[in-house]
Amino acid sequence: MRRLLWPLVILAALLAVNVLFTPGFFSIQVREGHLYGSLIDILRFGAPLILVALGMTLVIATGGIDLSVGSVVAISGALACLQISQDAGVFTAVVLALGLSVALGVWNGFLVANAGIQPIIATLILMVAGRGLAQLITDGQIITVNDPAFKLIGGGYLLTVPFGILLVLAVLAVTAFLTRRLALGMLIEAVGGNAEASRLAGIRARGIIVMVYAFAALCAGVAGLMISSNVSSADGNNAGLWIELDAILAVVIGGTSLAGGRFSLAGTVLGALIIQTLTTTIYSIGVPPETTLLFKALVVTVVCLLQSAAFREKVFKRRARTAGAQEVAA
Amino acid sequence: MSALASRQRYLPALVTGCLFAAMFVAGGIRYEGFASGQVILNVFVDNAFLLVVAVGMTFVILTGGIDLSVGSVVALSTMIAATLMSGPGWPPYVVIPLVLLIGSGLGLVMGYIIHAFDIQPFIVTLAGMFLARGLCYTIGTESVPIEDATFTAFAQTRIDLFAEMWISPSVIIAAVVVAVAAYVLHYTRLGRAVYATGGSEQSALLMGLPVGRTKIAVYTISGFCSALGGVLLSFYMLSGYGLHAVGMELDAIAAVVIGGTLLTGGSGLLLGTVLGVLVLGLIQTIISFEGTLSSWWTKIFIGLLLFVFIVLQRLFSSRSSR
Repeated sequence: MRRLLWPLVILAALLAVNVLFTPGFFSIQVREGHLYGSLIDILRFGAPLILVALGMTLVIATGGIDLSVGSVVAISGALACLQISQDAGVFTAVVLALGLSVALGVWNGFLVANAGIQPIIATLILMVAGRGLAQLITDGQIITVNDPAFKLIGGGYLLTVPFGILLVLAVLAVTAFLTRRLALGMLIEAVGGNAEASRLAGIRARGIIVMVYAFAALCAGVAGLMISSNVSSADGNNAGLWIELDAILAVVIGGTSLAGGRFSLAGTVLGALIIQTLTTTIYSIGVPPETTLLFKALVVTVVCLLQSAAFREKVFKRRARTAGAQEVAA
Repeated sequence: MSALASRQRYLPALVTGCLFAAMFVAGGIRYEGFASGQVILNVFVDNAFLLVVAVGMTFVILTGGIDLSVGSVVALSTMIAATLMSGPGWPPYVVIPLVLLIGSGLGLVMGYIIHAFDIQPFIVTLAGMFLARGLCYTIGTESVPIEDATFTAFAQTRIDLFAEMWISPSVIIAAVVVAVAAYVLHYTRLGRAVYATGGSEQSALLMGLPVGRTKIAVYTISGFCSALGGVLLSFYMLSGYGLHAVGMELDAIAAVVIGGTLLTGGSGLLLGTVLGVLVLGLIQTIISFEGTLSSWWTKIFIGLLLFVFIVLQRLFSSRSSR
């Protein structure tokens, strides 16, 4: 739990700032059978980021990184919208888009696990080419679709709750079950700790690596459907732009080390919520939109410094020593 | 390291060089007016800023780090230069050193944080990227034109070479940067420390090399090169804009990797980076000669090329390690 302390403090601080500026910030109402409120908005708009970050967590846990998720978001949205605009039916469109996403993830995983290419470069290939691919699918245009069933994924409600939130909860529950109740999570951490040692211990490291990249791409594919469904259009150029950086940030803020070997799903969700709350806060306290990035840089720096053992040791010496002793004891 | 000795060391750069030559020959056969010296010189003219930025990135990657902030620092430099010259009307010989100082300062701070607090370069430079881009938008969201007489005159100077070929002053600046960087990397203590840190940080420490100082130095160099790249870009664009050089960090990383430098650090040549930038520039030239190709094909081609290169490199390096 100690690892989640700082992210929780930051999130609480951000929410507190919001309450100061918007007194009714925590109120949640049911209007026309739909849940309304700032907190619901944070969850709803943060849903794609949480999904992408969940996939990224497992990739980072194996010591890798996936820069291509933003392009996969664009490709998935583009393919789905293209199919729907050609009267292919929502179900076919969704299956095709997610199928292509998984295939791209397997390609990434293959490059990393079998060809032995560094993850950052292996996924850089798809990051660069994927943007082009998404624009190729949409032919450089923005495809607009008008389909109520497709609209449900990113903009609709089910049982008064936004569908996107339910989708995230479902993916989170399945991921948490697979990685924390079954041995899968331990295998992933073993591969991240030392791929060669885990292979000698009888773990199929390559299979695990391909699987996590496929999972990350699948999450990105779902996020792509959400984003394009929310705005009822596909923009190959801008959909999911820089979401890979936000997702990596969310994972790191959540306390998962980029070195791999351990991960925290709860931390990632917290990290993604911090980033989304930050965006909301910037709007609600009236920071001019031009300085949004400055604000973000500031918060990211503070969070990362707080999480650095070296920084804590230099700044609050006594506390770091006791914490260090605890870590050794554990 | 011994496996990569002498001949092996030049192999990746050699492969890149051959590919560049092959692309040029193919372009010359396919398009009329392609096979001229000016086409190659134009690649230099159009990519002088990228070349300078990629040189800085080479230093960082050789130590096993990465710098995501370069594109934003380039944009920030154009923005500061344009604003100071158009608003208060500061002369270029004050503005340019100031811009270079700011860029180096940003790099220095990032390098210090990476070294002193042991935070991953990816994250620190990502924060630096947000910071620099945020500063751009804080200064202004519109494009600021540069109208300073000295500055524009210098930017529009053409240096005539023989046989009606010409280059811009930016190319000469970039060439000087490349020459100085090559000297520093291959013939000085700092250069040796850079390679040693990237090869194995632990061993470098045990050998008594100043690893911390080297790491801070490479990010400062990268910051300086980005700022200089920004100045060259403002010569090229004659404007400062927060949306200049979006994604240039990826181009720079791609150029370094195509040039045969390993991202794990410790192995690579500056010559390779120059060839990498040339290859990227030539792809764009070919696509503009093709005319009918859409801009997204550029991205797909660069992606494919990265793939081919990395696979080739992988094949060579796995052979030499056996």
